[in-house]
Amino acid sequence: MTAGSVRFGIVVFPGSNCEYDTHHALCTFPEAHPYYLWHKDRDLQGADCVILPGGFSYGDYLRTGAVARFSPIMQEVAAFAKAGGLILGICNGFQTLTEAHILHGALRRNRGLRFVCHPQYLRVERTDTPFTGRMRVGQVIQVPVNHNEGNWTAGADRLQEIEDRGLVAFRYCDAGGNAIDAANPNGATDNVAGILNEGNNVLGMMPHPERVCEEIVGGIDGRALFRSMIDSVLERRGG
Amino acid sequence: MYRVSVYVTPKAGVVDPQGAVVERALPALGHSGAHDIRVGRYITLEVDGSDAEKVKADVDDMCRRLLANPIIEDYRFDIDAAEAAPREGA
Repeated sequence: MTAGSVRFGIVVFPGSNCEYDTHHALCTFPEAHPYYLWHKDRDLQGADCVILPGGFSYGDYLRTGAVARFSPIMQEVAAFAKAGGLILGICNGFQTLTEAHILHGALRRNRGLRFVCHPQYLRVERTDTPFTGRMRVGQVIQVPVNHNEGNWTAGADRLQEIEDRGLVAFRYCDAGGNAIDAANPNGATDNVAGILNEGNNVLGMMPHPERVCEEIVGGIDGRALFRSMIDSVLERRGG
Repeated sequence: MYRVSVYVTPKAGVVDPQGAVVERALPALGHSGAHDIRVGRYITLEVDGSDAEKVKADVDDMCRRLLANPIIEDYRFDIDAAEAAPREGA
């Protein structure tokens, strides 16, 4: 257990399965203090950041994230989002945030109904956010995808608005940073891999940054995301 | 009590990956004329109550908030009285 001061509450639903990976990854940052929150909790225990991890909450029954949305803790998560708290939803966590209408859009079955599980290039679209402050615009990072329902869409009427407001944080791309269809693993509209809310304090993404935080597991490109979150919290305190 | 049938379907214009895969599979069975295939969900439930309008309102709320995702799906439902209405004032 690390003794850091930046408190990361990791929400565990029945069927979550990436909470330990996320906890482990955060333990590699001396400033981070990760801990678990049970879905029936009604208290975020002083979180600076909340993470909804990957997995199959409630067996993915009905729709991914559809039932998790009604867990008691989600009321606290929604209030935390409104108050400007930092929330990161990874994979199933992203699906849950869209079902809760904290983030725009919805995630459908992958194009071709193919489960995808491989390293994936992402292009960084925004760096003026608490999640990407330690990245560069246009930077290409490699983060694994591992999902069956990552085919994001927002419906034609909302899409333009989302693009106009610059809410797209990451797009699927090739090694050269080109967001082409051949580099799109799941059919997501406009190659969207991760989106922000209007306040830039909530990010949902299908790829798993927690799985690339140590060289021994094949990459460290996920570190910049958690580093950005930690620095953002510390800067807020310092300011 | 009412028996309720809910039909959830992909919204027009929303890409339906399941429908697309089924559409590609059918010609292999010799059904080359099938197209515009959309895969949805059929949900049945029984709802207590004797007021059809209230049951309709309740089911509509269930659909909007859980059974369907209105961002990508449409829904409609039928309700049928499953037994004689309870006597007045019961």
